[in-house]
Amino acid sequence: MKKYLKSFIAVLTIVSMAVLAGCGSSGDTSSDKTASNGKSTARNVEQIKQSGEVIIGVFSDKAPFGYVDANGKYQGYDVYFAERIGKDLGVKIKYVSLDPANRVEYLKTGKVDIVLANFTVTKERAEVVDFALPYMKVALGVVSKNGQYTSAEQLNGKTLIVAKGTTAETYFTKNHPEVKLLKFDQYTETYNALLDGRGDAFSTDNTEVLAWAKNNPGFAVGIPNLGDIDTIAPAVQKGNVDLLNWLNEEIKTLGKEKFFHANYEVTLKNVYGDTVNPDDLVVEGGELK
Amino acid sequence: MQDLGIKVLFEGNNLLRLGEGLWLVLELSFISVFLSVVFGIIMGILMTLKNPVINFLARVYLEFVRIMPQLVLLFVVYFGLTKMFGIHLSGFSAAVIVFVIWGTAEMGDLVRGALLAVPKHQYESGAAIGLNKAQIFRYIIIPQTLRRLVPLAINLATRMIKTTSLIVMIGVVEMLKVGQQIIEANRYTAPSAALWIYGTIFFLYFFLCYPVSLLAHRLEKRWDV
Repeated sequence: MKKYLKSFIAVLTIVSMAVLAGCGSSGDTSSDKTASNGKSTARNVEQIKQSGEVIIGVFSDKAPFGYVDANGKYQGYDVYFAERIGKDLGVKIKYVSLDPANRVEYLKTGKVDIVLANFTVTKERAEVVDFALPYMKVALGVVSKNGQYTSAEQLNGKTLIVAKGTTAETYFTKNHPEVKLLKFDQYTETYNALLDGRGDAFSTDNTEVLAWAKNNPGFAVGIPNLGDIDTIAPAVQKGNVDLLNWLNEEIKTLGKEKFFHANYEVTLKNVYGDTVNPDDLVVEGGELK
Repeated sequence: MQDLGIKVLFEGNNLLRLGEGLWLVLELSFISVFLSVVFGIIMGILMTLKNPVINFLARVYLEFVRIMPQLVLLFVVYFGLTKMFGIHLSGFSAAVIVFVIWGTAEMGDLVRGALLAVPKHQYESGAAIGLNKAQIFRYIIIPQTLRRLVPLAINLATRMIKTTSLIVMIGVVEMLKVGQQIIEANRYTAPSAALWIYGTIFFLYFFLCYPVSLLAHRLEKRWDV
């Protein structure tokens, strides 16, 4: 028994050392080693053109931005843009299905050239990947019966439904403490509460509420843009300046032909309907208005 | 409303895509379980040799694999190898490697346990009636070990089949992910599709795992003399 205990402790020590070493070394590579490390370095524009194929990471289960249709083809707002990138680079496109949790890893290891997976620009992410100019934006939206509330001040003393842990909860707690909040864990509960009249309005990302309001007659989004505006942009591996510049130029050029409005017409319009102003979501030429 | 949900299942190539996902799960599980059993038996036998060095290494290996969640192992092999050595593995190969590493460790321990559970007097009785070492193993030890091993190994195999749903995190689109893609592609037009798709996936997993446990049941019955 004593002998067993001894070896058990030895094993634990070794395993924990190995784990710690693993964590440490992966921390190193993320900060500065990637550029010097042969094959995990991302490819520049020339290399992509020569290989005849650009690898683009997209979502495959986030309609209407990146999803796979019934025939197994990638579709959506992000994919429409990806198709254009492939066309302008003059290469074929290989799509890789990404999940929110592995987008950064795919870029760090150079397994994809570009991530176009509805990637919201944040400070933390900008430290580990390079974001190009934005092509879309999200903010908070407030949906209510017939869209009767058109400014946050009108909500004073009223009951607002939010989902726990969302930016909407943080924003209203911080900036509008006079608004009574009714909090739920699940999205479906929040929508049901609004339908039942348990609250006067509901707030979450405008992309969500705009689509929901379209499918639920009698409700409208009175406040389509509230709070901090988050932008969504293509991302490349940190330090891949060549591809980053190419993407920025591309987005500026596309802005002149109103490409993203055309994109909206094709991919988002049937989800959001005629009542939504495309400028609430679309960013053209990388410039926020 | 319900008609709408089930219609999604038969739209376009949806059924075919689910089938392809199923095939991928089947392929990965078969390769991994097969290799795990082979290596696991070798490792189990090595562990019963009572060589302190082998025992220690096996112990470290086993504890390491047990402590690490499979998802972490997948990330380490798929992304870690690229970061540290610049090796690019396909998602599928990375998954096979992780599943074999995991399966071998657990299978090895099961084999070790089953071997040690055969009482010493079984060896001695065999020797007493004049059997040589090979005969003792062939006629006495291996049959008894197998009987103890089969239910445990089946348990491990079905666990491995179900854990394949993690490989989507390293970019391999398997059955469950295909299901989620179908549900999400129809979230505005047919919200009730989720129930149908998940229901179908439930049965597909069942058809994967049930034959395995049927086989185990039959083997146990046949040996139960």
